[in-house]
Amino acid sequence: MSAIIIFTAVSLAQLMLAAAMAITAVRMFRGPRAQDRIIGLDSLYINAMLMLVTFGIGTGSVLYFEAALVIGMLGFVATVALAKFLMRGEVIE
Amino acid sequence: MMQAAADIPVAAAIAVAFFVLFGAALSLIGAVGFLRLPTFYDRLHAPTLGTSWGIGGVMVASMIFFSVSASRPILHEILIGLFVTVTTPVTFMLLARAALDRDRTERNGNVPDKQEKRAPKD
Repeated sequence: MSAIIIFTAVSLAQLMLAAAMAITAVRMFRGPRAQDRIIGLDSLYINAMLMLVTFGIGTGSVLYFEAALVIGMLGFVATVALAKFLMRGEVIE
Repeated sequence: MMQAAADIPVAAAIAVAFFVLFGAALSLIGAVGFLRLPTFYDRLHAPTLGTSWGIGGVMVASMIFFSVSASRPILHEILIGLFVTVTTPVTFMLLARAALDRDRTERNGNVPDKQEKRAPKD
């Protein structure tokens, strides 16, 4: 019973997160200016991280947690570097 | 695949299902708003729905699931939640300032002018 509940909920959540990733990818490719694309990339990172955590719940394995943590940190560093580049024209002054 | 999920009680499974669906639905709503809002400064607000309670819901579900199935508290998902909650305002603030700077130098849109520095009192 609980296996069915968790399997259904995790599958639905993965469908929703995949739709969210698709929408942010659309904004990333279509976005009128560079800052829209950067926010699209950031949201894509966050949704991919949530997707990995739901994979971890679905398979009952703790291994996905480290991958999610690494993706979160890489997303933060990438977004900060890109925002700095937009503001100043170079990343490290 | 589902051996770990089979031996947790039904109440915990319902709680996990509720929180994981809650988080995923909030992320989807944030993404839809991110697609539909008209200007950049409006669009900046939508994905924060996913980075606050979207992350929170999925992380709470993961904590409940692993704690119940291992019958000891496993709380390392707090690390991700805390990290994302702290770093997202920083990145969005930087991006908003960069966008404001670009809009000012290109003079498009109706962005406010730069405030003059108040003269120091003597």
